[in-house]
Amino acid sequence: MWDYTEKVLDLFYNPKNQGAIEVTEENDIAVVFGEVGSIACGDALRLHLKINVPADQILDARFQTFGCTSAIASSSALTEMIKGLTLDEALNVTNKDIANYLGGLPEAKMHCSVMGQEALEAAIYKYRGIEVEHHDEDEGALLCTCFGVSDNRVRRIVIENNLTTVEEVTNYIKAGGSCGSCLAGIEDIIIGVQEDKAATTARVEAELNRIQQTSRGLTTVQKITKIQQVLDEVRPMLLADGGDVELFDIDGDLVKVILKGACSSCSGSTATLKDAIETRLRDRVLPTLIVEAV
Amino acid sequence: MNAETIYLDNNATTKVDPAVVEAMLPYLTTYYGNPSSMHSFGGQVGKAIQTARSQVATLLGAEDSEIIFTSCGTEGNNTAIRAALAAQSDRKHIITTQVEHACVMNVCKLLEKQGYTVTYLSVNRKGQIDLAELEAALTGNTALVTTMYANNETGTIFPIEEIGSLAKSYGAIFHVDAVQAVGKIPLNLKNSTIDLLTLSGHKLHAPKGIGALYVRRGFRFRPFMLGGHQERGRRAGTENVASIIGLGKAAELELTHLPQAVKQEKQLRDRLEKFLLTNIADCEVNGDPKNRLPNTTNIGFKYIEGEAILLSLDRYGVCASSGSACTSGSLEPSHVLRAMGLPYTILHGSIRFSLSRYTTDAEIDRVLEIMPGIIDRLRALSPFNSDAAGWLQEREEALAI
Repeated sequence: MWDYTEKVLDLFYNPKNQGAIEVTEENDIAVVFGEVGSIACGDALRLHLKINVPADQILDARFQTFGCTSAIASSSALTEMIKGLTLDEALNVTNKDIANYLGGLPEAKMHCSVMGQEALEAAIYKYRGIEVEHHDEDEGALLCTCFGVSDNRVRRIVIENNLTTVEEVTNYIKAGGSCGSCLAGIEDIIIGVQEDKAATTARVEAELNRIQQTSRGLTTVQKITKIQQVLDEVRPMLLADGGDVELFDIDGDLVKVILKGACSSCSGSTATLKDAIETRLRDRVLPTLIVEAV
Repeated sequence: MNAETIYLDNNATTKVDPAVVEAMLPYLTTYYGNPSSMHSFGGQVGKAIQTARSQVATLLGAEDSEIIFTSCGTEGNNTAIRAALAAQSDRKHIITTQVEHACVMNVCKLLEKQGYTVTYLSVNRKGQIDLAELEAALTGNTALVTTMYANNETGTIFPIEEIGSLAKSYGAIFHVDAVQAVGKIPLNLKNSTIDLLTLSGHKLHAPKGIGALYVRRGFRFRPFMLGGHQERGRRAGTENVASIIGLGKAAELELTHLPQAVKQEKQLRDRLEKFLLTNIADCEVNGDPKNRLPNTTNIGFKYIEGEAILLSLDRYGVCASSGSACTSGSLEPSHVLRAMGLPYTILHGSIRFSLSRYTTDAEIDRVLEIMPGIIDRLRALSPFNSDAAGWLQEREEALAI
């Protein structure tokens, strides 16, 4: 049995905002709906919005859902979340927001929250007269033919939700959940995204290091934090040998440390240790630092 | 869950009969000896196992020596398929159906990779196979025909003896997965064409973790589990004594209860089914009304999804099951209902009620009382209310490709 949260069960048993919104002739009011899914897929959502045209704001939201417990709860949650939002604000609502509102969803049911986000987008795009029913970037080669999912959509969902396994992708957008012939393709996309991410992270880190190396503009607080970080990395090694090091004070480029335990009783090793810490700090924080044992 | 449980999921598992528990208990406390031991303390346990074997054999109309105790239906089916192939090692073709349980289906899929050719017989809208298709598939190379007796999801009963006769005429071994049939309908293997037959204890009011495999006398049996000499060397491993005693007791009780239970379950099932069909629009029975287990009904409710129905029933303490995609780990609806070619509108909203001899009139009344409201509520939430809704048909066609 699925492990649903109380919130999911509550919104399933007592859903809020179910039904359609009647088209009205009122001035400055527009009624529109967006649809995703189908009976064949096993779940479908028709999301109705009542929009204040001058304010570009959602006055009311209702849903009609064909689907399981979590599909109904996700739809109901979505309508509660977006009432009162401007359309631009509503477009920022992600499937994660919906899941969080529900106190989480079972992994295999994450696609229910994706359906909510997509119906919202469909409704707003329709209102704005944008023809696309799905993400522009989702245009691409059909990867999962069973559920009609493109490679670009898989890529977007992987990036947005930080997914790392094929199983997670299937849980979120069903891709790969039927015949399984696209599983290898999904895996390739995940690996590609991870490589991109790793490359970006490495580039950013290198850039940060470069800035740190050249900049003398560290505030005292920043300096202390960085020195402390380096000392914290060194401590376990010292502790293993029965010693310890503690930051006592800093005065400009002068770093005063207390060397304790086994190390302090041996003057030779203390000197070596001081030099070692100094080298490390110069390398990692500022090249002009001088370490002094107190 | 506050509501009293109304258990209508007996094809999944059944309540252990209190008399079965009572019969088992001494073998968990007093009589803990190993039946293989050379002392009378163990020997008396061996004698009790022989009694249990005899009880199971009697239920099936079989001889004692034709019964091997196993751990479950899955083990029975795995064992039977391997044994059949070992007995006819020169033949490389297997015939089964598209609606088998995973423990037959997945073994066959693996065997395909190991050089066997497998024919998966199709079923019609009622879940029934076509004997002409079977006959056309049979060749002198067919080692094994393996089919279920009755389907777990729809209750559809296959024409077992006709299948068996055709299999025999081509020299093929005939294995029957009777996990859903034993204890639900009377069987007699004495003059049957069945060579191997699997049963599972927890489907007939015995505990989980015990089953039996019937092996026709004279069959050249090769064991699946190797080890000691238990079960006359045909299934190694120290006997699950208490559960074997329990299965024996359950078989004995079935023999007494069966004639009455069949009538009672059928009457309650029919009442449930008839009421739902007449009082709820847009629903239909899945399966073969003429050849069906007396305890099972599978009903498809259009425009709503099965898991949502189950969770709604759960609130009232009613336990049922569904073939919808959302109830399984997979994202596809039941392979059985899909093989039957049911439309998606029916597939996703299918609910199975399976009764037992413990099911009461009052329980059925309660279900009849709550079902219309549950279906109405979910349909009011659904965007669909007719087959003509254009936007869903479009996707259905796309998916059919």
